[in-house]
Amino acid sequence: MSSIANASGPPSRRAALARRSAAALRALRWAREHMFQSIPAAAVTVLVSFLLLKGALALLSWGVWHAVWRVPTGADGQPDVTACLDARGVGACWAVIGEKYRLILFGRYPYDEQWRPCVVVGLFLGLYVVSAIRWFWRPILISIWTAALTLIGILMWGGILGLPFVGQDAWGGLPITLILATFGIAAAFPFSVFVALGRRSQRLPGVRWLCIVYVELIRGVPLVTLLFMASVMFPLFVPAELSPDKLVRAQIAIILFTGAYLAEDVRAGLQAVPKGQYEAADALGLGYWKRTILIVLPQALRLVVPPLVNTFIGLVKNTSLVLIIGTFDLLGISRVATTELLWQAYSVEVYLFIATIYFVLCSAMARYSRGLEEARIARARS
Amino acid sequence: MDQDPARQHLRSRPGSRLQPLRPATTAQTTAALGFRFSWSDPRVRSVVWQVVILGAVASALVLIARNTAANLEARRIATGFDFLRRTAGFPIAEHMIDYDPGLSSYGRALTIGVLNTLKVSLTGVVAATLLGTLIAIARLWKAWLVARLAAAYVEVVRNVPLLLQLLFWYALLQALPPPRQAWMPFPGFFLSNRGLRTPALEWTNALNWCGLASCLGACAVLLLLRFAKRRQDLTGSRPTQWRLAFGLIALPPVVVWVWLGERLIVDWPVLKGFNFTGGALLSPECAALTLGLVVYTSAYIAEIVRSGISAIAPSQWEAATALGLRWEQALRLIVLPQAVRVVVPPLTSQYLHLVKNSSLAVAIGYPEVVSIASTTMNQTGQAIEAIGYVMLVYLSISLSISLLMNWYEARITPVLR
Repeated sequence: MSSIANASGPPSRRAALARRSAAALRALRWAREHMFQSIPAAAVTVLVSFLLLKGALALLSWGVWHAVWRVPTGADGQPDVTACLDARGVGACWAVIGEKYRLILFGRYPYDEQWRPCVVVGLFLGLYVVSAIRWFWRPILISIWTAALTLIGILMWGGILGLPFVGQDAWGGLPITLILATFGIAAAFPFSVFVALGRRSQRLPGVRWLCIVYVELIRGVPLVTLLFMASVMFPLFVPAELSPDKLVRAQIAIILFTGAYLAEDVRAGLQAVPKGQYEAADALGLGYWKRTILIVLPQALRLVVPPLVNTFIGLVKNTSLVLIIGTFDLLGISRVATTELLWQAYSVEVYLFIATIYFVLCSAMARYSRGLEEARIARARS
Repeated sequence: MDQDPARQHLRSRPGSRLQPLRPATTAQTTAALGFRFSWSDPRVRSVVWQVVILGAVASALVLIARNTAANLEARRIATGFDFLRRTAGFPIAEHMIDYDPGLSSYGRALTIGVLNTLKVSLTGVVAATLLGTLIAIARLWKAWLVARLAAAYVEVVRNVPLLLQLLFWYALLQALPPPRQAWMPFPGFFLSNRGLRTPALEWTNALNWCGLASCLGACAVLLLLRFAKRRQDLTGSRPTQWRLAFGLIALPPVVVWVWLGERLIVDWPVLKGFNFTGGALLSPECAALTLGLVVYTSAYIAEIVRSGISAIAPSQWEAATALGLRWEQALRLIVLPQAVRVVVPPLTSQYLHLVKNSSLAVAIGYPEVVSIASTTMNQTGQAIEAIGYVMLVYLSISLSISLLMNWYEARITPVLR
C-alpha cells in the first residue's frame, strides 16, 4: 500500500497526510468521547493524569534512574553495598536480586545441583500449558501428569541415575510453591468432587452430615489455624515414628482447606444441572456412578470452571502462608534472604520481585479462565 | 436433546405417566418381594456404605485420640483449660483492656487477642466496603482513564498473595525515618518507623456524658428521619432536615460540656530519648495489617459491587435518565439500592474472608488472637487447647456475621407477589 503511494508522488503524500490527520481526528474524538465528555469528567481526567504522571515519574526515578543495579565485590569477598546505602530513600537497590536470586528461586538446594529445580520449574510450567490446551483433555493427560510428576520427583530427590540425593529439608523457593500448589490441586479437586457428591447424597444421610460438618468447619476457620494444627498437633495424632515431614503436613493442611472451598464450587455446579438430566439418566437405567460420571459431572464441572479457577488462584496465593510454620516457599525464603545483615534494608525490592512472579502465575490463570468463559458464552450464543 | 416437539410436550405435561414409572416399579418390586438382604436393594447398599464410611472415620478419630493421649503422656504435656488462669508473663504491645504481664492470666491475654481481632476486622470491613464501592464506581465511570486505573488496581491487588502484601506494607512502614527524624504533617502528628503518634484527648467523665448526649441526639435524628419519610409518603415533598439533624447531633454534647464546665485536656506526644511518649499511637503493625486487609478485600468487593451494578437492567438507567436524573443521582437513588440485594451474599463471604485473613497478623507481629494463642502454645505446650480456642473464636465470629448478614438480606429483600 505504502510503496504504491510513494511511487505516485505528491498527491499520495497529501493522501497520507489526510490519512494521518484523520487518524489524529479520530483519536481526538475518541478522547473527547471517553475522557472529556463533561466538565467533571475532564477535570478528573486532568487531575488523574497529573497524579499518574507524577507517580510514574517518582517510581521511575526510584526504580530506574537512581536505582543501583549491581554492586562490586569488596576486598573481603563480601559484596560492597555502599552504593545501595548511598541510594537509600531515593533509589532502589536491585543488586539484592542479582545477589540473592538463586537463594530466592531455589532455596538452600545444593548450589551445583540447582539446574534440577530449574528444570522442575520448567516441567511444572509445561504441565500447566499442556493441561490448558483443549486437545489434551482426554485420558492421555493423566499419563502425562503421571510421567511429569514422576520425573519431578526423581529430579528433586535424586538418589538414582547418578543424581546425588537431596533431602526435602534442603528444598525451597519456587519449586516448593509450585509443588504445594500443583499437588494441592491434583489431590483437593477429586477429593472435593466426592465431598460435594456426599453433601448432596439423599440415600446416605450419615455421609451427608459428615460432609456438611467437614465443609462448614473448615470454611469457618482460617488456613493459619489448620497449618498450626498440621505443624504442632499432627505430630501428636500419630505415633512418633510415623510422623511425616513438615512439607507433607503443610500439604495435607492445604489440601483439606482447599477441598472444602472446591467442594462448594462443585456443589453449585451439581445444583445447576437441570433435574431432567438426572431423571433422563435414571430412565436410561444408569446406576448412581454411571449417571454421575457420564451425565451429571461433565455438565456440572463445565458450569463452574470460573469459580474453580478462582479457588485455584486462591490456592496458589495461599501456599505463601506456609512461611508461618517455617516452610521455605518463595515468600518464606525471600524473608530469609533479607534477614542477612547486609541486605536487611532492601526487603521492599525483594518483595516486589516475587510479587511479579506471583502476579504472572495468577493473572495467567485468571486470563485463561476468562477466555474459557467467553468461549463458552460465544458457543452458547451461536 | 429432545427435538421432537410432540414428545417434549409429553415430557413437560404435568402428571405425565412416564415420570413416576421407574421409582414406582422399584418400590413395588421391593414391596412385593419383601425385605431381602441383597446388594441389589438400595436400602441395604445405603446402610452398608454408611456403616463402612462412618465406621472408618470414627475409628480414625478413636485412633487419633488414643495416639494423642499416649503422645501427650510421653511428653508430659498437661491437658485441660487450667492454663487460662495461670499468669501469662509475656508483654502485649497493644491492649484495649488493662494488661500486666506479671499479673494477668493467659485467659486475659487471649481476650485481648480476640478484642484486637475484632477491632481490626471491624475497621477493615467498614473501610474495605467504602473503598471497594468507590473503586467499583470508578471502574464504571465514564472517564476512561479513571476506569482503567481502577481496573489495574483490582487486577494487581487480586493476583498477589495477601501475606506478601502485608509484609510489603510492613516493610514500607519500617523504612520510615526513626522517631528523631519523624515527619510532622500537622503539628502534633508524628509519623516515624514506630508508627503514627497523634494528640489524644484525656478521657474524663465529662466526655462520657457528652458521648451519651450525642447518642441521644442521634436517636432523635433517627426519629426525625422516620417522620420525614412518613411526610414524604403522605405529601410527596420531603422536609429539609439536615440542618436540624446536624444540630441535634452536635449541639447536645456542647451544651453538656459547657454545663459541666470542665477543661479539655489534650495529651500531646513528646519525643523522649529514642521514642515518643504520650498521645495516641497507631502502631506500624496495626497500620500495615489494616491497610493490607482493606486494600486486598476492597479489590474483591469492587468486583462484587461492579457485577451487582452491571446486573441491574439497562432499562433502569434509561428510566432514571428519562425522569431527568443525573448519572450520580441515578446511581445513588435507583441503581445502588437494587444492586445491594444482588451484592449482599457474596459480600458476606468477603467479610468472612477478611476476618479470617486477619489471622495473618501473626507474620508481622500484631497481637491478635492467633499470635497470642501461638505464644501461649509455645509457653505452655498445650497446642490442642490453644488451637481449639482460636478455632472456636473464629467459628463464632463467622457464625455471627452470617446470621447478621442473613437478617439484613431478609430485611432488604422486597416481598415479591
